[in-house]
Formats: sequence, structure tokens, C-alpha cells
Amino acid sequence: MEYFTQQLINGISLGAIYALIAIGYTMVYGIIGMINFAHGEIYMIGAFISLIGFLLLGTFGITYIPLALIIVLVLAMLFTSIYGWAIERVAYRPLRGSVKLAPLISAIGMSIVLQNYVQISQGARVKPLPPLIQGGLTLFSDNGGYPVRLSYLQILIVVVTITLMAAFTYVIARTPLGRAQRATEQDMTMARLSGVNVDRIISLTFVMGAALAAVAGLMVTLYYGVIDFYIGFIAGIKAFTAAVLGGIGSLPGAMLGGLLIGLIEAFWSGYFPIGYKDVATFSILVLVLIFRPTGLLGRPEVEKV
Amino acid sequence: MYCSSRPALLTVDHLSMRFGGLFAVNDLGFTAYGSEITAIIGPNGAGKTTLFNCLTGFYKPSVGRIALTAPGAPRFLLERMDGYRIARDARVARTFQNIRLFPGMSVLENLLVGQHTPLMRASRYSLAGLLGLRGYRLQERRSLDTARYWLDRTGLTAQADQPAGSLPYGSQRRLEIARAMCTEPALLCLDEPAAGLNPRESLDLNQLILDIRQEQGIGILLIEHDMSVVMTISDHVIVLDHGSLIADDDPAGVRCDPAVIRAYLGTAEDEDLPTEVAADLNRTAAGGRS
Amino acid sequence: MAAPSRSPSSSTSSPTPPGSALETVRQAPHGRILLDALAAGVLAALLALPILGFRLIEVTGGLALDYRFRLVGLAALGVFAGRILVLEARLALAAWRPAAARPETRRTFLGAYASRQSFGWILALLALILPWLPFADRNLIDKATLLLIYVMLGWGLNVVVGLAGLLDLGYVAFYAVGAYSYALLSQNFGLSFWVCLPLAGLLAAVFGMLLGFPVLRLRGDYLAIVTLGFGEIVRVILLNWQDVTGGPNGVSGIQRPSFFGHPFTATTPTGTTFHDLFGLPFSPDHRIIFLYYLSLTLALATNLVTLRIRRLPIGRAWEALREDEIACRSLGIDPTRTKLSAFATGAMFAGFAGSFFATRQGFISPESFSFLESAIILAIVVLGGLGSQIGIVLSAILLVGLPEWFRDLQQYRMLAFGGAMVLIMLWRPRGLMASRDPTVRLAAVPTSPGTGG
Repeated sequence: MEYFTQQLINGISLGAIYALIAIGYTMVYGIIGMINFAHGEIYMIGAFISLIGFLLLGTFGITYIPLALIIVLVLAMLFTSIYGWAIERVAYRPLRGSVKLAPLISAIGMSIVLQNYVQISQGARVKPLPPLIQGGLTLFSDNGGYPVRLSYLQILIVVVTITLMAAFTYVIARTPLGRAQRATEQDMTMARLSGVNVDRIISLTFVMGAALAAVAGLMVTLYYGVIDFYIGFIAGIKAFTAAVLGGIGSLPGAMLGGLLIGLIEAFWSGYFPIGYKDVATFSILVLVLIFRPTGLLGRPEVEKV
Repeated sequence: MYCSSRPALLTVDHLSMRFGGLFAVNDLGFTAYGSEITAIIGPNGAGKTTLFNCLTGFYKPSVGRIALTAPGAPRFLLERMDGYRIARDARVARTFQNIRLFPGMSVLENLLVGQHTPLMRASRYSLAGLLGLRGYRLQERRSLDTARYWLDRTGLTAQADQPAGSLPYGSQRRLEIARAMCTEPALLCLDEPAAGLNPRESLDLNQLILDIRQEQGIGILLIEHDMSVVMTISDHVIVLDHGSLIADDDPAGVRCDPAVIRAYLGTAEDEDLPTEVAADLNRTAAGGRS
Repeated sequence: MAAPSRSPSSSTSSPTPPGSALETVRQAPHGRILLDALAAGVLAALLALPILGFRLIEVTGGLALDYRFRLVGLAALGVFAGRILVLEARLALAAWRPAAARPETRRTFLGAYASRQSFGWILALLALILPWLPFADRNLIDKATLLLIYVMLGWGLNVVVGLAGLLDLGYVAFYAVGAYSYALLSQNFGLSFWVCLPLAGLLAAVFGMLLGFPVLRLRGDYLAIVTLGFGEIVRVILLNWQDVTGGPNGVSGIQRPSFFGHPFTATTPTGTTFHDLFGLPFSPDHRIIFLYYLSLTLALATNLVTLRIRRLPIGRAWEALREDEIACRSLGIDPTRTKLSAFATGAMFAGFAGSFFATRQGFISPESFSFLESAIILAIVVLGGLGSQIGIVLSAILLVGLPEWFRDLQQYRMLAFGGAMVLIMLWRPRGLMASRDPTVRLAAVPTSPGTGG
């Protein structure tokens, strides 16, 4: 039971990170129907910027952790957003309305470029960061069994994620920007005719997705304490899987999907051979898609004849 | 109620199709006969295309039975079959309201895809085809001849090697019919074939449909909005409104059916028609009955 | 960072959207260009600042930062200058060539049927005599062999993506199945290459059907992610199933190919070696050349078969399915079975290529079958122009051949590869050879029926 609870806690923290990345996939897919393959790399860049940010603040002598966290969060979101914006502008926008596969190939190319760009400029070695937030709560360890730990960091991850999700849901559901976004998603031509600046909305979607990925990057840097140039690929695939699992295009779906993927991974690692945990993730994806092809929260599609 | 001396081809009983709470087709029953043109008319949203989609297996009806009895073939219960089986085994061919060709493939290729079933059978899972065996080559020759015949009939021979998507609208409509005919159907379902055609093309199309019925002796179901077309070429007219059958008669009978007129123009009471129109309506109705 | 460049070629299908770079350039002279380039430079500086400007270096007790702001300045300057160059060149080009005439010239460029066919023959001839050309050394022939594997994989994937329109991001899984089938069959059962080749193809095809069956009903993008997942699953299993696959160490000492039982070694305990058979002095080049011709044969066979299938009803059905699945169903084509056959056919070719790869390398490990390989093969197919056989050869040369030459610049090789993928897509979103030839022409068909025999 203790072990189970521990995996639950780990799974939820991991799932929160996946959910943050998955939102970027789902929003971009919802609005322009493309798989932004480079999104995983955006998250990786977010992680690197966070790490560099911490070191930079250290040299300036800012060691008060909450302040450093906030500054790094803002910096990482800002600079990663610029990456998100630039990638859309350079590699995707010219291909809008072109053959369906063209943006996907361009995105795969972009992903390779970014990965190697970071590898060349930062080196291929794994980068460690000493734990900044230590300690936590020990839940029911008294009966002599396995101690269940809930670290402060895990609390932070979940709190930040929930706050951001709430803010995002509000933006999409209630603000004029969100309305324009939803309009563009439903019918780009009609939205343009009604005076929505579609190009700007799409750019903003990429910026928002990148900003969330940067938060995920920061969290992962803190959580695992090590990053390298390759983390974006696997996390990207998992997050996209999460988006599809939840129903691509659906914001709550991405959150649910992320959470599920995190839980599956944590429980599989806890109870079964860890090497096969990705097999478990993808197998569940396949099963869900076969029995519920639009994902868990996706809108059912009526085939138009 | 319509009666025909010809054998029944398609029998629809108690057919209902529900989307959520809405009945797009509601307890519909009718019979279409072989070698006849059966027009299905009704205002927008009456359930005509939904009916077609049920007949051709794109929707699974919520309730009901659709039986097809073609001469020289077993009886098929279409409501239980997958779409491609309905086309392949029961031989029901259709066209689509918004044309569905293979736009990147040439006109001739479109017609060959229409003959997929016999060609595939002759190519024996592609092995005989890969080796270029005689049986396959003969079938290929036959299929090309069929294609050539329909190219000729629809006046598309000159465009045979062009991509289907590059044809003008009217030619695309004809090509879709030619492709459907290449499957050698027992029942041909045409979903608004005249939509978007100019009067001249529309006249040619009427002739083509009449010829098909005459020469091939197959049953044709026709969704059409243009009343003049319906009145000229159909033998039998079925009128739907809000998913239900409101008339089933020959063209002359339908023309003066009060229920049909109400469905199309609304009732004089609740619609505040100008007096002269209302008078006109009544006159037509009365004239028809006498 | 690659210089931001927006290509006018995307306008072949749609008119240039207002506000695009081309439009700006056309109405605006050099001042606008300067502004645009300035903005690009500032953007480059912002992008380069956090990643290029600081380098994480390891020191005792953790990490430290190294400042390299000079690089940031260089990147910004480079992008600024590059942007000016690109825009000025485009301006000059637009003035020199009337814009309206451009789409036509693009379409006919290498697009004519006859010229393309003769081009294919020239390429084939060149491939045939390559080992005997004066500049052909071991290295070149070896690289050409590798290139041919990719061409073959490209042609195989083209069946799935180009013809049937099914986006497969895990194609490398079938390649791996083929390679491991050969490696394990020959090691455990002592089967020869020529027995294993068809078996590997068959196994890969069966594998393709097993995987395809549950997922081929899915919509395009879901299919993409599921196939991607399958690719990863296969790799993970190869990594973890130590007893059979050897795990991360892979399988080594795989039987090298022999010339119908005559090995390419200096001596052999039984039978005769290749050089003894033909009375030649022993040379290690023999094997290289033999492998080259083997790969050429396999590739040409793939080409022949796919070209032929394209003209068969199943091939037409694949293309029809890509164009409109609903129309296909209305014509009696079973979509699931047709897709499955495309999937299996593509997988089979990957299986062949895989077993050839295994015999060429003599050693395989899961590392050779990562997602990057799938991406490279897909890129070859899409850049080639979906469905075009020669386009695939050209893009394989461009994407695999050229980077092989720059192996010394190891680090920058993949950067350039990714950059090339993006730039080629921007330049020609429909691929290098986009036009499609019909599989049958009315003019070429004899009119009188019944005379065939």
C-alpha cells in the first residue's frame, strides 16, 4: 500500500510535466492540424535555459531560492517562447496550406537542427544540477514499512502545473484571445474573414505552447537534476502520446493524457521490468485508439459523406 | 401508393436513422423497381442523403430492413453489410452530392478503379498480375474496353489521360456516373447529379440517365431538386419530409399531392402567403385532383 | 541557426499571401529589406543569447558558465547579412523573370515524362558501371552501397506513404525485423543469405500485417503516432530481450555473404574461395564490389516490382485510397485489406533491405534502428516528391550521400542534414519531382479487343 502510494505520487508529478508539454502539441494540432515535431526540443531548450539561468543567478549572488525560481521561470518562458515563435515563423508558416506532409517533414528537420544545435553549443555530456529544493513530507512511515515521501519539489510541480492549467483554461474559455483561437481552430478562413488576425493567433499559440514547455523544462531540471540534449525526443513522443490519448485538440484531454502517461510509467517502473516501460505506454495508447479512436476526451467525428 | 408491373428491386421497411435525439430518417418504407428511375425528392434536410448513406452502408441504420433482389442474384440484406461489400457483392453503386473522384489520378484510371473487383479477382492477389499471366491480361483488356465504352458514352474520351481533378465541373459529374457504371451495378444511386450544371449539360445528363435505364435495364435511385428534371425522367417519385415518407406515387400524382405542396411551400394558414399565391396553390391542388 | 528564409515556391498551389516576404520585397525597395534583415538579426541574437552565449562547463563540484557573447554577435551578423543577400537576390530574380511565368517553368523542369525516363536510364547505367570508373575507390563503392540501401528503403516506404498515403513514422521497425531475422536465423540455424533473404522479407511482411491490422482503421495522424510508437517498442524490445537479441551489444559475427557458396576470404577450410574460383589474386575489394552489385540488384528489383505493382489493380487501389477512401468504399474496395497489403508490401522491402544491411555490416545493434532512421527514410520519400521513383534516388543522394562526404565534420553533419530538410521543404514543398504519370494511357492501349494472347 505504501509502495503504491509512493508510485502514485511519483506518477502524478511526472504526469504534470508531461501534461505541460502535451498542451503545446494539442493546441498546435487543434489550430493548424500539424504535429509540431520540434516541440520536444523546445522543452529541452527550456530545460537548458533554466539550468543556465540558475548558474547565472548564482554568479550574481542571488541565492534566495524562491526569488531565483521566479526569475528563472520568467527568463526561461520568455526565451523559449522566442524559440517557439521563430520556429513557426521560419519553418512552418511558409508551408501553411501546402501539401499535408510538408510541415511535418519541416518539423522533423527542425527537431534535428535544434537537437544538434544544443549538442554542438553545449556538448553532449549530461549536465548535472545540485538539488535546489530539498526535503519534503514523510507520510505514514510509522508502521515500520516503506516510507512514503512527498517532496516539496513534487508539491511545487503539481501546484505550478495546476495554476498554469487553470490560467490557460481561463484564457481559452473566457478571453477575446481565446475566442479568436477557438474560432481559428474551427474555421480558419471564416475567422480571417471575421477580422481575426489568424497569423498572429497561430504565432501566439506557438508562443503559449513554448512557454508551457519551458515550465516543464524547468521542472524537469529541478526534478531529475540532470539534463542533456536528447531529453526532448523521448519526452516529446510521450507528451504527444499523452495528447492523443486524451483526445488531440482538447485541453483537458492533454492534461488527463499527461497524467495517465505519468501514472502508467510510474506504476510500470514500480512493479515490472523498467526497461519495458515505454512499451507499456505505447501499448496502452494503441489499445485506447483502437477502442476509442478519438482519444478519451476527444470529440467523436461524424464521417461526412 | 405506387404500383409497378416490374419486379421489385429494393425494398425498404421501417427504416430509421437517428443521430442523437434527431431522426434523420423516420420509419421509412418504400419499394423501388427494376428498370425504373425512382426519384427521391424533398426539401433540404428531409433525409434524402441520409437514406442514400444507409442504402450504401456508410451509416448503419438504427432500425429497419433494406432488401435488394436483383435478377439472377441472391437477396441481400443491405443493413447488415459493410459499405464496400454492398458495392462489391450486392452491386449498389452511387455518386456523391459533392463529387468524390480520385482527383490526382487520370480519368481512365478512375474508371479502372471502378472495375477493381473483377480486375483484382483476375490478378489473383496480384501474383498473376505481377507475372503478367494471360488471364489477367485478358481481364485488363476487357476492363479497358469497358472504360473506353463509358468514356465514349460520357464524352470524355479526349480527356482520358488528364487528371480527373482538372476536368470542368460538368465533366466531373459525368465521370462520376461513368465510374459508378463501370462497377456494373444492379442499382445506381445518383445524389443530385444535376447540381451545378448549366441547362445544356443538365439536358444531356437527363438523356444519359434515361439511356442507362433503357440499355442497362438497371434500377436508378435519383435525388434531385430540379422538379422539371424529376417530372421529365422519373417513373416513380418518393417524397420525404423531416425524414418521413409523405408521398409515393408517379410524377403526375405527386405533382398535385397536397401534402407535397405543403411540404415544399408551407401551408397557407401558417405562412401568410400572398393571396394570389395561395389561390394559385389551391387551384393547382384542385386541378390535380379532378 | 538557419537563416530565416521564406520561399516563394510555396505559391505554386496558392497565390502569394499578402504580407509574405515576396510581396514585401516586390513593393518595397532596399529600405524594407534592410529593416527586415535587421529584425532577423535581432531575432537571431535573441535566439543565440541563452544557448550560444553561455556554455555549461564542468568544473570540480558542478557546473560553471563560460561566456561566448562573440558567437552571439557573429550569429546575429551572419543572419543579418544572409537575410539581405537572400532578399536582394530574390528581388533581382523577380525583376529578371516575370512572376506569372514561374509556376509553368517549375512544372516542366525535369517534369516531362520522356526526359525523366531517360534520366532514370542514365542513372541506372551510371550505377552499373560505377565500380569501374577511374575515381571509384573502396570508400566510394562502400558509400554507394549504403546509399542504395536507403534508396531501396525509400522505394519501399514510398509504397506506404507515397502510394497508399499512410503516414508511417516507424518504418525502421521492419528494417530491424529484417536485419535481426537474418542475423539470428543464420547464427542459430546456419541458414545462408539466399535462404534468409526471402524469409526476412516474409517475416517483416507478417510483422507489418500484425501491427497494421489493429491500427490501419485510424485516421492519418493517429496512424503516424502509433507507428512511431511501434518503432520505439521494437527498439526497446531489441534492447531488453538480452537472451535473444544480445541487448545493447547487438549481434556480431554475422555470416558475410558468399558468391553462391564461395566466400570472399583469402582462404577457406572447405570448398573454394571466390578468387580461386575465377583465378583472380585475392583482394578485399571483391567483397565490396560484390556487395555493391548485390545491393544494386536488390534495389533494382524493388524498383521493378513497385513500378509493376503501381500498374496493377492493387496499386491503383492504393492510390485511390490515398485520394478518397469514401469513394473507394463505394466502388467495392475493402479499405482495411487494401491498406494492409500496402503496409505489408512496404514492410517486406524493408525486411529485404534489413537482411542485406546485416550481411554487409556483419554486426547489428538496436542503435542502427532509432527513430532518426525512420525520419531519414521518410524525408527521402517526401523530399523526392511522393510517389516518384527517381525523385527518391535524387533526394537519397542529397540527404544521405552528401552528408556521408562530410563525415569528418561529424558534429555539423546532422545539423546540416536537419537544415537541409527544412530548406528543401521550404523551397519545394511538393518534393523534387512532384508531377505524377498516369499508370495507363488511353493512347497506348490497342483498340481492338480479343486479339491479346
